[in-house]
Amino acid sequence: MIMSVLIYAHHDGEKFPKPVLELASYAYALARQTGGTVIAIVTGNPRESDLEKLGQHGVSKIWVTPEPAGPSFDNRAYAALVASAAEACGASFVLFADNAISRAVAPRMAVRLKAGYVSGVAGLPLHTDPFTVKRSVFTGKASAYAEILTPVKVLILARNTWQTIENPVTCLIEKFTPAVSLPAPDFEVVKVMEQTGTIRLQDAEVVVSGGRGMKSADNWKVLEDLAGALGAALACSRPVADEGWRPHQEHVGQTGKVIAPNLYIACGISGAIQHIGGISSSRVIVAINKDPEAPIFQFARYAIIGDLFQVLPALTQAVKKLKSE
Amino acid sequence: MKILVCISVVPDTTTHIRFTDKMDALDTNGIQWIINPWDELALTRALEIREHPGSGVTQISVIHIGMKDTEPVIQKALAVGADSAYRVNHAPADSLEAASQIAEVVRKEPFDLVITGHDSADYNGSAVGEMLAELLGWASFSSISSLSVVDSVITLERESDIRSETIIAKAPCVVTIQKGIAKDPRIPSLRGIMTARSKQLTLVEPVKCAPLTHFVRFENPAPRSQCRMVDPSHVEELVNLLRNEANVL
Amino acid sequence: MDFQLTEEQKMIQQAARDYANRELIQDVLERDADSIYPAKHVKALADLGFMGMMVDPKYDGSGMDTISYVLAMEELSKVDASVSVIVSVNNSLVCYGLEEFGTEEQKEKYLRPLARGEMLGAFLLSEPEAGSDATSQHTLAEDMGDYYLLNGTKNWITNGNSASVYIVMAQTHPELKHKGINSLIVDRNSPGITLGPHEDKMGMRSSDTHSVMFTDVKVPKENRLGPDGFGFKMAMKTLEGGRLGIAAQALGIASGAYERALKYSKERKAFGTEIFNHQSVAFKLAEMYTKIEAGRLLCFHAAWLKDNGLPYGTASAMAKYHCAETAMWVTTEAVQIHGGYGYVREYHVERLMREAKLTQIYEGTSEIQKLIISRDIFSR
Repeated sequence: MIMSVLIYAHHDGEKFPKPVLELASYAYALARQTGGTVIAIVTGNPRESDLEKLGQHGVSKIWVTPEPAGPSFDNRAYAALVASAAEACGASFVLFADNAISRAVAPRMAVRLKAGYVSGVAGLPLHTDPFTVKRSVFTGKASAYAEILTPVKVLILARNTWQTIENPVTCLIEKFTPAVSLPAPDFEVVKVMEQTGTIRLQDAEVVVSGGRGMKSADNWKVLEDLAGALGAALACSRPVADEGWRPHQEHVGQTGKVIAPNLYIACGISGAIQHIGGISSSRVIVAINKDPEAPIFQFARYAIIGDLFQVLPALTQAVKKLKSE
Repeated sequence: MKILVCISVVPDTTTHIRFTDKMDALDTNGIQWIINPWDELALTRALEIREHPGSGVTQISVIHIGMKDTEPVIQKALAVGADSAYRVNHAPADSLEAASQIAEVVRKEPFDLVITGHDSADYNGSAVGEMLAELLGWASFSSISSLSVVDSVITLERESDIRSETIIAKAPCVVTIQKGIAKDPRIPSLRGIMTARSKQLTLVEPVKCAPLTHFVRFENPAPRSQCRMVDPSHVEELVNLLRNEANVL
Repeated sequence: MDFQLTEEQKMIQQAARDYANRELIQDVLERDADSIYPAKHVKALADLGFMGMMVDPKYDGSGMDTISYVLAMEELSKVDASVSVIVSVNNSLVCYGLEEFGTEEQKEKYLRPLARGEMLGAFLLSEPEAGSDATSQHTLAEDMGDYYLLNGTKNWITNGNSASVYIVMAQTHPELKHKGINSLIVDRNSPGITLGPHEDKMGMRSSDTHSVMFTDVKVPKENRLGPDGFGFKMAMKTLEGGRLGIAAQALGIASGAYERALKYSKERKAFGTEIFNHQSVAFKLAEMYTKIEAGRLLCFHAAWLKDNGLPYGTASAMAKYHCAETAMWVTTEAVQIHGGYGYVREYHVERLMREAKLTQIYEGTSEIQKLIISRDIFSR
């Protein structure tokens, strides 16, 4: 049997988000390394044009299956569904992107398949026999090599680890029916609040963040303007949240939210190790601070040493100019 | 209703992480051990729930899979208000081992609600809660930002990409919480500290269980490349770099 | 000799440290600048059991040993000596005397709510004309049969305004000199008590310090602590423990300043390197660390003696003398290491330096401590 790489392709209602395309690209590379092909399991009824996107990124087969019945997402049912798909295609690898849904499904599914599970995977395996893969540990302070000892392997790919690469292949789209009846959800949803407008911090690709260097809550407009120009989410350091200048939901750090955007712009943030712990997986960190001794410069890829209140408006202008071109 | 909170013991978040010479294990010399921050918040929430009259909660226990040297940290959970604790005498190699040991204990005791933290600050597996639920055949809920129990009825708020839902869950179930579930961890009262030792800490021998994964080697982070400084009077240069060099704009 | 802390002691130390670093630090500068009383902290610490740390649990205390008390005092004082002095007075100067010398009725009525922190206490010994020389008390407590009539003025009273219970030392039998002094438990709300204005102090500005005036205040006989004429002895015995609390406070002030100086020296660069790499700074910090460790051991030893029922008056005098002098020196040097930054409020060390000064003065000046120590060594 051909070694299949099964990926769980989560559709967000509008499209397959970038992490899923990154996952497909990684899966294609993994399949090439191990002599297999990539199958995607997709729930719901996405547009043909969205499914073709998966084909452009190396997926040779897409199994489309109805959403499991129930009032809302049920971890048990989805785990059974994906496990059933993995068994049906004899998958050696079952791959997930790093998001809340994956964390809900992958571990349960791994138990069902008696498969070794590694999350936070940071690249292709070092070797396939024994199967060894690298992941970050201690919230980014170190790395580890994990060995999976089972024939079937479940991996969650870390954010910002693999670029989306187009590898167009012929893509077959099939209906999939799980071999087992899915467990019926046993809970009630009594209220639903749709998130509108504001970009969810965890999923934002660009984040603009403010620290004590902003001096006061009243000064946040310059950050809001920059975030608006960039289409970015807002975040802040712990002291800012503790002072009440910004809501706690914006607090990013080891004891707040841990995020992994493409671009993180730290304004007036000194770079205490606990803050770094929340942002170290960002693809690019930019620091703007007037203190040349600030530790953040050791972690930033680009930096400006200057007065925030001069630099930020100028930066906003430059971004707007770029976007209009 | 009986609540079990799963706690992991991790190095203090300010610790400089070092490995042994062979780079195959954590160098534990001089490490200050603490309750994993997420788990501490989970315990705090459980205590808050119980403090409300009419919750129906009759017992809050904690469980940890670890060796004897973790007992002082477990004592802290008792000092802040947990009624009893279990320590399974084993150092798990992966999340599945930990979940399997917890499952054994839960099968023997009638817990109604098991709470775990999203992640542990050491190996960042984010799997124990869901694996435990699968092993027990229980329902599970993750990304929970709010949890309450009134008259033994469990109400949760679950956050996803696009919405937040209020759910009424049936016991027994496993709930994996994220930060925001409680504001600050508790400082134990002095009486709590003095009486922690009189609370029950049950030592449980582990069941035989083979890990399906393990860590073979560790590595310190690669040295960072130099930071590229941009002149504050030419911020457009930064924008160009971000677009053309870094490809993030 | 086991120098290890027990697990309970470590937890107590951590609890005090967590409260200090999470809560006290938030508003300590503001309260120092404007002399604001730390009401919410007193309540929170009371709820955690810090107001009656060594009191027996049967009176609603926390039942801790004295070493734990020293650890807690050090941790709180690293951040906020105003709050730690409020705690120390309630524990060492008020709860101690009531538990040691009080009747069951007195303990029920006063010790229990004090241990719970529902009431705060104050200790009134110093007078305008009598500070170090406590034998000459001018405050009179005239024996009127079934009550004492209290008249006089007491000075420098910590918790003067916030306390509901005063332990007042006053002269009943002037002819017996110090053997005619009594300790009286006085209800703050008794008619005839007036307070002087809040003292505008150099440091520990968040604790309330007042002079207290008694004009024909009636104190019921059953409020006398111990037998007739026992007051001076009670005060001296109480101060033995009180000075240990202040020694621990001074230790904390020194520790807090040292930790800040150490951190600063590892971050601040001058002449091409972090200032810690300049030997004059490194050596200064080494001296600080040594003196602080020595002070800590003196405090632990005095605490151990007290917990084991052995005489500890000299040991606590040595602890207080050494720790207070160390605190003054360490904080001054900590300001120096910080350079210009050490002179501004934001960096805390100037406040610690102002706080250190009082530890050399109150609850027995350093000179009095030396008197106690020299008297003891003379008889050996």
